[in-house]
Parts: sequence; C-alpha cells; structure tokens
Amino acid sequence: MIAHAIFFYVFSVIAVVSAIMVTVSKNTVHSVFFLILDFISISCLFIMIGAEFLGMIMLIVYVGAVAVLFLFVVMMLNVAQQKNQWFVSKDSSRHIPIGLLISVIIFFELIIVIGGWKYKPDLFNSAKSSLENGVSNTHSLGQVLYTDYIHVFQISGMILLIAMIGAIVLTFRQREGVKKQSYLKQISRERIESVEVLEVASNKGVKIDD
Amino acid sequence: MIDIGLGHYLTLGAVIFSIGIIGIFLNRKNIIVILMSIELILLAVNINLVSFSIYLGDLSGQVFTLFILTVAAAEAAIGLAIIVVYFRNSGTIRVEEIDKLKG
Repeated sequence: MIAHAIFFYVFSVIAVVSAIMVTVSKNTVHSVFFLILDFISISCLFIMIGAEFLGMIMLIVYVGAVAVLFLFVVMMLNVAQQKNQWFVSKDSSRHIPIGLLISVIIFFELIIVIGGWKYKPDLFNSAKSSLENGVSNTHSLGQVLYTDYIHVFQISGMILLIAMIGAIVLTFRQREGVKKQSYLKQISRERIESVEVLEVASNKGVKIDD
Repeated sequence: MIDIGLGHYLTLGAVIFSIGIIGIFLNRKNIIVILMSIELILLAVNINLVSFSIYLGDLSGQVFTLFILTVAAAEAAIGLAIIVVYFRNSGTIRVEEIDKLKG
C-alpha cells in the first residue's frame, strides 16, 4: 500500500508538472517533449493500477505515433522560433483572467462532483485485481472487445481509415516542374514515334532536338 | 493520504483536465499547442474511465478508453493536416493572426 501511494504521487506529480509545462513553455518543441513525458507517466499509472494493456497501447499510440507526428509538424512548419508572447501583446492579455477564471471554475466543479458523489464505501480500497480468476488484463479485454463490442471496434477501424484518407487528401498537392515517372506513357510508346531514319549530309551532322 | 483510492485518480484527472482548459484559453502562440491541450483533455477523460473501470471491476471503461485513443489519433492526424494546409496557404499559424473568418 505504501509503494502504491509513493508511485502514485511520484507519477501524478510528474504528470501534472509536465502538463503545466506543455501549456506554458516558450518553445513548441519543448511542449511536445513535455507532452511525451506526460503520456509516459500516465501510462505508468495505468500499468500500476492494473490496466497494463491500455498502458502499453498508450505508449505505442501516443509516444510512438501522435507525439512524433506533432514533432514532425512543428519542425516542418518552422514555428519553434515563434516565441511565446503571452504578456507582451496588449490584445491578448485580456483573455488571461477570463481563461483562468473559467478553468478554476471547471476544476472546482469537478472536485465538487468527485467529493459529493456517494460511492460505496468499500469502493475506495477494493482495487479488484483482474488476475483473480487467472485471466490477464489483455486476455479479458480481448474477450470483451471482439464479442460484445465488435461493431464499435469495426467502426473505429473505419474512423481511422477515413482519417487517413482525409489527411492525405488535405495535404496532397501536385507541384509544377517536378518530373515523375508515368507508366502509361512508358508502355504506350510505339516504335514509329520514337525511332526515325534521317538523311544525313556528310560533314554536317544532325540536330536531333528539333 | 496513504490509501490511494478512486478519489485520488479522479482528482488527478480533474487537474489535468483543467490544465488542458487553461492551455486552450491562454494560448497565444500557435494552434499546435491548442491541439496538444485537447490531447491533455482526452488524457484526463481516459484517466477517469480507466480508474472507474478498475475500481468498479467493469471492463467497459477500458474498452471505451481504447476507442477514445482511436478517435484521438484520428483527430490529431486530421488537425495537423489542416494546420499544414493553412500554413501553406497563409504562412502563419499564430492564433492572433488567424482571422480569415473575421470571428
């Protein structure tokens, strides 16, 4: 129980501090790095609490794919040099009190919801181990995911496909002046249009390009 | 303090959710940080779902966390593609200078 508490506090402090750093750090690349740190510590929490499959998936999907995608875009758009100008521009500073107020209100509403909710008293300490019937977390998740939730699972696959197509369609462009290989042109060449017999006068040569 | 229960995890989720909201409101840099704040908000939702799922002994929460992960990945890809297209067309993604719709 002590170890659980120590690990929880360590990981949650790291997660909260890095979440703050995501929003306030001046450099966008640093924000992406702190986002990665945040995801790693939260996935450690997931693994600790017993949802090890989700923790690993979170590492793979977020740290391996989403954060790298963010990093690519940040570096591609060259926005790392655009420094943070929170308190410099006079136009932006009027958003800050309102934003802070709304965030604090939302936070306290969530705290009130958590505190006022009458859950069962034994719910606090009875972290049910999913290993109690000898089935691992991944196994039991797979048993539910491919039977009861199979339609939702397939729809999420469709969502990913549509997102992929949409991203490609959005960023695709045909640029002028770039030489490309055209298979149709290559295989539809005829001998008659590519080979020519010329009369060559002696001592003159031929200009082929004409 | 020592006994870590459901309330601790829910509080952590609430803190991260609020930080995400703060990030959306106070951001003056570029849209990419706003997208990252949205990822933080989805992460807070995931924390809530997983902790409820563990403490109630019901696997549905973890299944839906998986679907939230899927949707978050799709959203990040589409959002970043839109940002790339916008940057290509107008040369900036600073929040203050994006005013084409005169909003």
